Amino acid sequence: MIQNMSFIASNSLQTPSVSWSGLLPAIILAAAAILLLTICSLTPIKITNQQLTIYTCVAAVGSLVATIPLWLRVQDESRGPFSTISGAFGIDGFSLFVTMLLTVSVILVSCLAGVFLKSEDIEGPESYVLLLLSATGGIIMAGANDFIILFLGIEVLSISAYVLAAMNLKRIQSQEAGLKYFVLGAFASGFLLYGIALLYGATGSTELTAIRNFLVDTELTNDTLLLAGLALIIVGFAFKVAAVPFHFWAPDVYQGAPTPFVAYMASAIKAAGFAAMLRVLYVTFGQYRADWQPVIYGIAIATLLLGSLLAIVQTDLKRMLAYSSISHAGYLLVGTQAASDQGVAAVLFYLATYAFMVIGSFAVISLNSGPAGTETDLNSVTGLANRKPMLAIAFTVFLLGQAGIPLTSGFFAKFYVIEAVIEEESFGLAIVAMLAAVIGAFLYLRILVKIWLTNQETVSEEGKMIVIPKQVSFVLTIATIVTLFLGVWPEPLVEMVQRAVPVLMAS
Amino acid sequence: MTLALTIGTEYYLALSALLFTIGAGGLLVRRNPLIMFMCIELMLNAANLAFVSFGKEMGDLGGQLSVLFVLVVAAAEVVIGLAIVVAVMRRRPKASIDEVSVLRG
Repeated sequence: MIQNMSFIASNSLQTPSVSWSGLLPAIILAAAAILLLTICSLTPIKITNQQLTIYTCVAAVGSLVATIPLWLRVQDESRGPFSTISGAFGIDGFSLFVTMLLTVSVILVSCLAGVFLKSEDIEGPESYVLLLLSATGGIIMAGANDFIILFLGIEVLSISAYVLAAMNLKRIQSQEAGLKYFVLGAFASGFLLYGIALLYGATGSTELTAIRNFLVDTELTNDTLLLAGLALIIVGFAFKVAAVPFHFWAPDVYQGAPTPFVAYMASAIKAAGFAAMLRVLYVTFGQYRADWQPVIYGIAIATLLLGSLLAIVQTDLKRMLAYSSISHAGYLLVGTQAASDQGVAAVLFYLATYAFMVIGSFAVISLNSGPAGTETDLNSVTGLANRKPMLAIAFTVFLLGQAGIPLTSGFFAKFYVIEAVIEEESFGLAIVAMLAAVIGAFLYLRILVKIWLTNQETVSEEGKMIVIPKQVSFVLTIATIVTLFLGVWPEPLVEMVQRAVPVLMAS
Repeated sequence: MTLALTIGTEYYLALSALLFTIGAGGLLVRRNPLIMFMCIELMLNAANLAFVSFGKEMGDLGGQLSVLFVLVVAAAEVVIGLAIVVAVMRRRPKASIDEVSVLRG
């Protein structure tokens, strides 16, 4: 009987073993999204925005909790990182850290969305479904150990984000943002995919582990195909993280899209993009670092300088923060260029601290942007300190943090990135990064002067009362506390990012 | 006399590179959103062709399999893209991407 059984088993299709617990964070988010979509499309019940926010937060918290046992398992010396689905999806400290970061930003963003989608008059479950799905894509990107899985993750993340950007059908800017984001995003995906195809041709596999082993074992006599593929992949990633010269979409999309989703794009999508980039460039193509490091060096310098210079001449707050987010991508590229474990840790630290600061900043901008959520001109914050002192203080903390002033987490973020690149003796890049920090500080000071030192000449007709809803003050409090706490005592996060090393595990 | 014709992998790869260039170039030059979609499809299909020809040359199934995934993604992408275009064009009947320029820095 048993022999009979094994005979059948050997004749049936061999499926790879799946470690469900390892995939749990992604499964929870995806299942929550699909469940919500099913409930909302099948039943006539009208679910309020607040319930949707709570639902999304619960799903994200569930996903966050599911990463904790995995994190403990991965940190355990005797067990360590592992991969599942025959090595296509890796669970290591790196992917888990990015997963946590993504779920935390989903929690914060869904709190903001609950309030601001109402003021933009685009209530409904769709935004939350897309937010959850997009985060699922991000988790897949962070853990992908196979180029095809990576591509699927990027597409799940991006396709949801295209719709989120175009969510406000009544506002022409939002639609325009969606269209631009879609066309340029799809263009970038095309480059990425063609790069993957060329790398497949050059190395004979789409698995990152197999590619790395191939590169370590074999000395290629002709590596044109490989380098062309690598170049196309870098172009694709540079588009996704909005690095110069592939940044055109960012200012338009940031200005046009609904503000809570801009906060999501600036925090979570950037994090997922850099996670994928580090895994591909540093871990898989570590052998070819002499070939990709100069490219990243050039892109980083252009991104740092152009981002901070163009930010100064803007007159719209959301556009200013868009360009400043481009220059922040520059610092992250500086850490990537270092191509060391220290550089990876610095990038993760930067991503985590920046997420809180940028979500907080966009929350303040949303609160201040009037009932329709469209007043985002620089002059709209004039005299904010008189109108809403607490809000002004929170905004000041976020802006100083982004400028990298000591006693905020932004200072340590910049410090670690620059330290990592100095260790690798790229002094030119370190100098440019410090220079860009000085130029960038001017931008943030310009906003701060408007907030604190400029008196409102004409009190606007309705007196412009700002009411801060509970969820938003929760987000602002968390973001402020994290920014200040890590600015004084960064050790807990530093220790965590140092354990979040990316590795490639074969099945 | 029969003419034995063998078409080597390099021809397929050249065609795929050509398709990719047409797609990328077209996307930058053309201004009609529908044509831009077709260009994106061309780029993705160029990658598909490259996958299949590499897979055939190496006798590896992975290349052929990747194409299935890419096809699904391309379909999803077009659905979303067309939906966005329809939404935009309802407000503006002239279909040209240059008209979509409220946002400018």
